[in-house]
Amino acid sequence: MTESTRTIVALEKVAKHFGAVKALNGVDLRVEAGECLGLVGHNGAGKSTLMHVLAGTLTPSSGTMSVRGEDVTARYGVAGANAAGIRCVFQELSLCPNLTVAENARIFHPSLQGFGWKRRARALIGAKLDEIFPGHGISADDVVGDLSIGKRQMVEIARAFTISDAPLDLVILDEPTSSLDAFTARQLLDYVRKVVGGGMSCILITHLLREILDTSDRIVVMKDGAVVAAKKTEEFDRDSLVRAMGNVVEMTAIKVHEAHERQRGATPLVVEARSSDRDAVDLRAHRGEIIGLAGLAGHGQTAMLMKIFDAAGKHRGSTRVDGPVALVAGDRQTEGVFHLWSIAQNIGVRSLAGMRRHGLIDASAEAALGEEWKRRIGIKTPDMNNAILSLSGGNQQKALFARALASDAEIILMDDPMRGVDVGTKLEVYDLIRDEAEKGRTFLWYTTETDELKNCDHTYVFRDGVIVADIARADLSEEKILQCSFKESA
Amino acid sequence: MMPAIRRLSAKPWIWSYLGMTLVWLATTIHSGGTGGAQVLTAALSFATFTVIVGIGQMFVITTGPGNVDLSIPSTISLAGVVAMKVMEGSDDLLVVGLVIALACGLAVGIFNYLLIRILRIPPIIATLSSSFLVLSTAIAYGRGLKIKPPPLLADFTTAQVWGLPILALVVILFAMAMSVLLHRTLYGRSVMAIGQNMRAARLAGIRVERVRFLTYTLSAVLASLTGYLLAGFSGGASLNMGQEYLLASIAVVVIGGTSVAGGRANIPGIWGAAMFLFLLVTMLNTFGASAGIRLILTGVIIIAVITTAGGDEPQR
Repeated sequence: MTESTRTIVALEKVAKHFGAVKALNGVDLRVEAGECLGLVGHNGAGKSTLMHVLAGTLTPSSGTMSVRGEDVTARYGVAGANAAGIRCVFQELSLCPNLTVAENARIFHPSLQGFGWKRRARALIGAKLDEIFPGHGISADDVVGDLSIGKRQMVEIARAFTISDAPLDLVILDEPTSSLDAFTARQLLDYVRKVVGGGMSCILITHLLREILDTSDRIVVMKDGAVVAAKKTEEFDRDSLVRAMGNVVEMTAIKVHEAHERQRGATPLVVEARSSDRDAVDLRAHRGEIIGLAGLAGHGQTAMLMKIFDAAGKHRGSTRVDGPVALVAGDRQTEGVFHLWSIAQNIGVRSLAGMRRHGLIDASAEAALGEEWKRRIGIKTPDMNNAILSLSGGNQQKALFARALASDAEIILMDDPMRGVDVGTKLEVYDLIRDEAEKGRTFLWYTTETDELKNCDHTYVFRDGVIVADIARADLSEEKILQCSFKESA
Repeated sequence: MMPAIRRLSAKPWIWSYLGMTLVWLATTIHSGGTGGAQVLTAALSFATFTVIVGIGQMFVITTGPGNVDLSIPSTISLAGVVAMKVMEGSDDLLVVGLVIALACGLAVGIFNYLLIRILRIPPIIATLSSSFLVLSTAIAYGRGLKIKPPPLLADFTTAQVWGLPILALVVILFAMAMSVLLHRTLYGRSVMAIGQNMRAARLAGIRVERVRFLTYTLSAVLASLTGYLLAGFSGGASLNMGQEYLLASIAVVVIGGTSVAGGRANIPGIWGAAMFLFLLVTMLNTFGASAGIRLILTGVIIIAVITTAGGDEPQR
């Protein structure tokens, strides 16, 4: 870190305060040309705020910022970031849902104008999608709002890498794989290695430590708004990284879970979804089981959860669901939060029926429920009456978990619910899920992270809308899931 | 003092009351300080009807963008005409007339919802087209036009104690009850949840379609109640008696601080806004403005109020 010409961007003692909340507390950060910088830390450690500062969407309260050795602190902004060749893929996706993929690409490239701009935009984004995600199945004319969250994320990423006239030196990827399945995530990380080899730089933020360790050259660890460690990747391993983040429970926690293996089918059947396809596997869940739904994203896992959700408490044709159902949404902005409401109201909404006294909702019961879950699931906020949007993404997700777990539901459906949630929180929630399953609740858990499936008693793998395999916990591996996901039907 | 002002100015309904007070003061000062009390009494009487339909419209608008009930005016007319015809001016049939008027509203509400739900017509088109059907029905049935209301109904809707219209007092209590319905019941919470995010509401276990059905029905039933009372108040029903409530029902909701984007509703503001609208017209009359000027100014002032006060505060 000596020659300043190779430094793309450098931050010195950058701080950002939101009222009394210190999101960043004097951060030093340098990004060199041709390196992939991994950034890790718990929810609320300040990673996203730091990236907003780099992208020019937030102005730091104090500190200096320089691009290629030149001090730009006073005049930096979104336009400045763009001119400096810095782009950001934010955690909360930023595409316009009412526009097509090509039209969204055009927003980044003012030079695409005049006759035939649409054709050129289509070619630009199409080529980049083909390059990063071969076989992606997205058309440049698709309206973004119609795409699944995984595909939207692919478009968002591909768009950040498109080049027209502005330079592109640094791409910031904030939780880029949170909605991608293992196969697509691999494609992206391979592509990152490729462009970094070509001299471009990337900042990779993810809670999946394996991705960070495999992909980045250097790792920066953040905690409570400050950098607590910054070393070459070789000097870290999984354990030391977890320790640096301030969490030592991880490895032991997963081992404890395996001891809870139970006899399958010893409890009554609560969910059954028979397939009309004779070759396909039927879905069956018994009381107290945790069942994983896996496979490539968009192959029918969410559709299955919706089918079960709609059949709650009924026997409808091939689907039978005994008991009330609650769902934890993963796409929290469009399917989860009520943005005008407080955290407590967002948690209570699923349980209002039980809070009535003489037909009226008891406000104190609602507040008590909020406080109970603030404690049980550890929501980071000074006041549960604050707006839900005042929380970081991971904490919003905790509130959605609390909504489902606080309800009377006996069957809990989870639609890839750990997007943007840090390791520590995940482990707490895994414990909570395991405890609740012991008490007799049934979980159906769709996830794009293979590691999470280790928490499941067994896993169904989906392909083309049907279940093609049923894998017991002992036989579970990423290769096995990928193999089932791609196998040609006999 | 300052924090109190800041807290008050954060209340979305405060602006309608502020506007109401200013307009009333201007009118009273212009007329040399006389008649201020009578103007207020009249405003209370007339605002009562706007408030009843405004509350129904508020629930509809709160269920989210695109939801609005444009059939309110024709429902008022239909209920008024049918009730007058059924009662034929007889006090004995007072309750029968009320029940039949409300049944008209119920039918219109169910019909609106079926258009929206089964034929998947956008609410604005569905309620507009049903309003033509409803008005045609009222015209076909319109032989009730010359019939006087039962004396008891006429007395009740125009009676006053100490200068306060009794009907207005009843409707203030009714508005309080509706406020409880909005904030403290499963139904009210569901309306606000649906207005923020219909998909999230469904996934949070809210029975979205049932709530929308109840909301459109409530709006139509309140409109029919207004038709019944208004016919009593103004000495009989007429086919265009509901006309002015098309703009008024929407304007009072928006001026009163309810979010047009859905999810946030406000009942006290409806009273302030309804009074404001009536006093505004009274003020322009007092100033001697011609009918044309009056309409233009009413429109401009409504736009101004909505831009300055009715806008949504930023989320967060």
